[in-house]
Amino acid sequence: MVELSIDGINVSVEPKTTILDAAKKAGINIPTLCYLKDINEIGACRLCVVEVEGIERCLTACNNIVLDGMVVKTNTKKVITTRENNLKLILSQHDFNCATCIRNGSCKLQKLAEDFGVLDVPFDVEYEKNNWDKKYVLQRNNSKCIKCMRCVQVCDKIQTTSVWDVVNTGSKTSVNTKGHKEFGSTNCVYCGQCVIKCPVGALHERDDIKKVLELKAQKDKINIVQVAPAVRTSYGEILGIDKKIATEKKLAGILKFIGFDYVFDTVFTADMTIMEEGTELLKRLENNREKKLPMFTSCCPGWVNFVKNEFPELLPQLSTARSPQGMLGAIAKSYYAEYLKVNKEDINVISIMPCLAKKDEITWDDTNNVDVVLTTRELVRLIKLLFIDINKIEEKEFDIPFGIGTGAGVIFGSIGGVMEAALRSAYYLLNKKNPSADYFKDVRGLDGYKEGKVDLGGTVLNVAVVSGLSNARKLIKQVLNREKIYDFVEVMACPSGCVNGGGQPINIYEQNVKERSDYLYELDKNNKIRFSHENPQVIDLYKNYFIEPLSNISHKLLHIEHKVRIERS
Amino acid sequence: MSRLTFKTNDSQELAKEEMYRDLERRIVASPTGLCPVDLGSSFIKMCLAQSCGKCVPCRVGLRQISKLLDKILDGEGTVETLDLIKTTAESIKLTADCAIGTEAANFAINSINNCVSDYMEHINHNCCTCNSNQPVACLNLCPAHVDIPGYISLVHEKRYDEAVDLIRHKNPFPIVCAYICEHPCENRCKRNIIDSAINIRGIKRFAIDNSKKPNLPKLAEKTNKKIAVIGGGPSGLSCAYYLSIMGHSVTVFEAHKELGGMLRYGIPNYRLPRKELDREINFILQTGITVKKNITVGIDISLRDLENQYDAIYVSIGAHTDKKMEIEGEDSKGVLSAVEMLGNIGDDKMYDFTGKNVIVVGGGNVAMDVARSSIRLNAKSVNIVYRRRVEDMTALREEIEGALSEGCNIIDLMAPIRIESDTNKNVIGLVVKPQMISDIKNGRPSIKDKDEDEKLITADVIVVAIGQGIDIKHFESSGVNVKRGTIDAMDTGAIEDKLKLFAGGDCVTGPATVIRAIAAGRVAAANIDEFLGFNHEIKHNIKISTVNYKDKKPCGRVELPLREPQDRKNDFNPIELGLKEEEVMQECDRCLRCDHFGFGVFRGGRKTKW
Repeated sequence: MVELSIDGINVSVEPKTTILDAAKKAGINIPTLCYLKDINEIGACRLCVVEVEGIERCLTACNNIVLDGMVVKTNTKKVITTRENNLKLILSQHDFNCATCIRNGSCKLQKLAEDFGVLDVPFDVEYEKNNWDKKYVLQRNNSKCIKCMRCVQVCDKIQTTSVWDVVNTGSKTSVNTKGHKEFGSTNCVYCGQCVIKCPVGALHERDDIKKVLELKAQKDKINIVQVAPAVRTSYGEILGIDKKIATEKKLAGILKFIGFDYVFDTVFTADMTIMEEGTELLKRLENNREKKLPMFTSCCPGWVNFVKNEFPELLPQLSTARSPQGMLGAIAKSYYAEYLKVNKEDINVISIMPCLAKKDEITWDDTNNVDVVLTTRELVRLIKLLFIDINKIEEKEFDIPFGIGTGAGVIFGSIGGVMEAALRSAYYLLNKKNPSADYFKDVRGLDGYKEGKVDLGGTVLNVAVVSGLSNARKLIKQVLNREKIYDFVEVMACPSGCVNGGGQPINIYEQNVKERSDYLYELDKNNKIRFSHENPQVIDLYKNYFIEPLSNISHKLLHIEHKVRIERS
Repeated sequence: MSRLTFKTNDSQELAKEEMYRDLERRIVASPTGLCPVDLGSSFIKMCLAQSCGKCVPCRVGLRQISKLLDKILDGEGTVETLDLIKTTAESIKLTADCAIGTEAANFAINSINNCVSDYMEHINHNCCTCNSNQPVACLNLCPAHVDIPGYISLVHEKRYDEAVDLIRHKNPFPIVCAYICEHPCENRCKRNIIDSAINIRGIKRFAIDNSKKPNLPKLAEKTNKKIAVIGGGPSGLSCAYYLSIMGHSVTVFEAHKELGGMLRYGIPNYRLPRKELDREINFILQTGITVKKNITVGIDISLRDLENQYDAIYVSIGAHTDKKMEIEGEDSKGVLSAVEMLGNIGDDKMYDFTGKNVIVVGGGNVAMDVARSSIRLNAKSVNIVYRRRVEDMTALREEIEGALSEGCNIIDLMAPIRIESDTNKNVIGLVVKPQMISDIKNGRPSIKDKDEDEKLITADVIVVAIGQGIDIKHFESSGVNVKRGTIDAMDTGAIEDKLKLFAGGDCVTGPATVIRAIAAGRVAAANIDEFLGFNHEIKHNIKISTVNYKDKKPCGRVELPLREPQDRKNDFNPIELGLKEEEVMQECDRCLRCDHFGFGVFRGGRKTKW
């Protein structure tokens, strides 16, 4: 153990602990801005500087480790003044028109300026121009960029897609697409991980709230909204509302209050996805053991984009089932239009998703099954825009028929959920009886790379569950080199899955990923129905319309051929 | 009023002198990859400060150029802006009254002409083709990319064995390099910004002197692949070492009696002790390399035979032929080539120059080696004759100073015309024509004949050290591509149209440094491994220690001490003494640890395998 003193408090920590972590242990907070544990420990912003006895220069706490006998001070005049000066320098190259910023209220820089009590910036304020093409799902506004390098590191290390890079030199150093590529021709998959790691408003989703307001204004149209599982875990966070109040029923109530005609649950089509994808898996296992295995899940559009961009040879191995969002759009504009006796053109489908790539997914074909996608953050902005008092909103049920979802469908929002849901139903399909609902709980957990054998009552499958594209890349390499053999693989582009999606609320300090995930498993546990194939509305829909999974009509509506794309949104 | 005054100690002027020195040192440490527009703009701003202000082109014109450059930098420039800079600069160049204006304008013109694509990138896309991906300077400039901050920190912690192991991870010649590496790693050391470069070679020398039991890397499983290495010099042995670790069976074919190439047959014992060279080679051979000495490929065995017998071949025959002066009397008795002389010394065939006057022709390191060896062979006098000036010599400064202090004499600005000999064809002297230094062409001053008569410099021995060539005849006739007297290999070491064949070292680059030859050997080893269908990783698991946080106060650089000239010139024993522990620790302490502080902590983290 290493013994040191921080602001007069003696603390004993493991060797190689950073000054920052040692201070935390001593109960002393040191401000950070660029720092992102294990990802970006480069001491670029110089806000975490501290004084160490015997050394004139200040040291960054985030990436310097403690030494035995070190005497650290975090509250001296030198520390406070230099931190404040550096903060003002950062502000001098940042467009701090906070009132008009998408991150107003969730900006780390804004918070630090408040904490430091910065009342003026004594320098000329000059920042880069924002000349990003507004059409892109992902928006970069370099007038806000503080060059913390987090996005570069996240894209390099977590996703290995390396879209961003340091560009230009000297005091003109900036961050932009690697090699100054046009953004549309980069390998960006729109996972949005850089967005949720950006401490300021330099990266964000394309704001589609106005489009939703326009659709809502079309009086002769029927507006259907669907909500993905992960949205219910987090929408209350930035509204400052307790999870106990911000329930899924409250969310249904809010959406009805906003005036959508039908409020459906994407969990319903998650169950449909299991029916289609599960059946597809069993069919692939029967027919073509060599060629098309492992089968990969396809409900994550970030992952599908990754395959399209970098491993097109694997496209035939993606499940052809549309994602739950895509299926709900398809059903709404076919079966449901017929049911309501209206033209499909008279129906608008709006999705609320924890995801940026879902905005891209709806452009993959020209069905227009979904009209607009809002992220969880946009939903929250819409709620604010309409000045809705959540406390006054009554909890409501989702609408019938597509408002009923099972516990299997709801865990789609966390990594391992699709796998578990699929295994529950695959077991039933093979054995004509259910396993216990928690029989496959081993696939749970937020680790990035999990693998193992699962026993479907005699049929043993090699499965893997990965999240984060660095893990996906690792898995693909092993599969292609035949170092690993799997039958079924779930992939989510975002680490831990949709609960940590690129469209989720951004907490200034840390994403509450574990909490969000736990909430989904609690919803699963408390659901009376925990098997997708037991969803009564799913059963009805097959009886009335789709006949059976992989029928001709379901092929036509619920499946998609994955193609390499030329045009990108 | 006094009629005259004599100013002393103007403190402001002294401070400015210090600023110029700071500036010089900072430029030395300039990282690679900087933006030419940004640099140009900064340079012109400094020129502005230098303008005396009398003349319009310089006073006003440079200021306008500076503003226009900034406009381009800010993304507000157009093609017209660039044209305006060019026409203004041309006009300043033609009309400024003195060099302050003309040369600043010239700088702007050259910058635009040589880097036009970057200017256009700024104009068209408001971005730069450069990218300040500033690598750790020493590690990047070392051709072998040795983890220098890593081993400095290990030496600082007195972990000498691990320091040597870490060097061997990329360079199997730590001992040799501790003695004679030209240390390009030191050239742009960031420490220059504060005072002067770290004495990296000195630190390495201390590591090898104090390393007790370096570890032989674990050898990979045998692959049953056979590789022939032609030439057992630094490049060939480096290639052989790594291939052997990768589990391949390597046979080295050496034309000389002993291994080592130029390390043995070009560098005298006083600079690189044989004992140390043997220690190094023995370590390398412990990996299980087969050695066949006294075999010249092309005479004793043909390249084709080797191609039939081996799965891959690395050609690293070095540059062991001598270049002739092509002047009258060169065939006289007593005329030697440097290669011949140092070669014989390498095989312990010593010359006796007692009472003899020796002339060495040339100005490179080999010329100094020959001259200093001649002193040690008891020559009565040693004159180094060189066509240009001393400052134009390509030899390292310390080599020239060493030769001078040991009693060699330099006669510069003399072009050899012919060699005079007596009736028995014994050399009596070298006739030279005095030269004057003239125009600078391609960055190097040229010479022309001076209006002075030819002179005879008397001598009993003349050693020609004006360069080496490569014996490529056999390879050329066997179908290997050649280019300007060297083997034409790609940057991977591979040779086009010759699937099995790789080449590197002096025979590809022409006579160059040891460390470049070593680096080429490693590159070839990696690519031969891949060519044979493997992907062996050379790894280490040495933990690099904590950085030290001490303030970096200016502190002088410790130099390796030498034996006194009067003492050392009498024998071939090593002349360079190691540093004391206290000195090395101070030197290690000076290291700025660019692997942790600055850009190094962000990009290009420590690589523990290749």
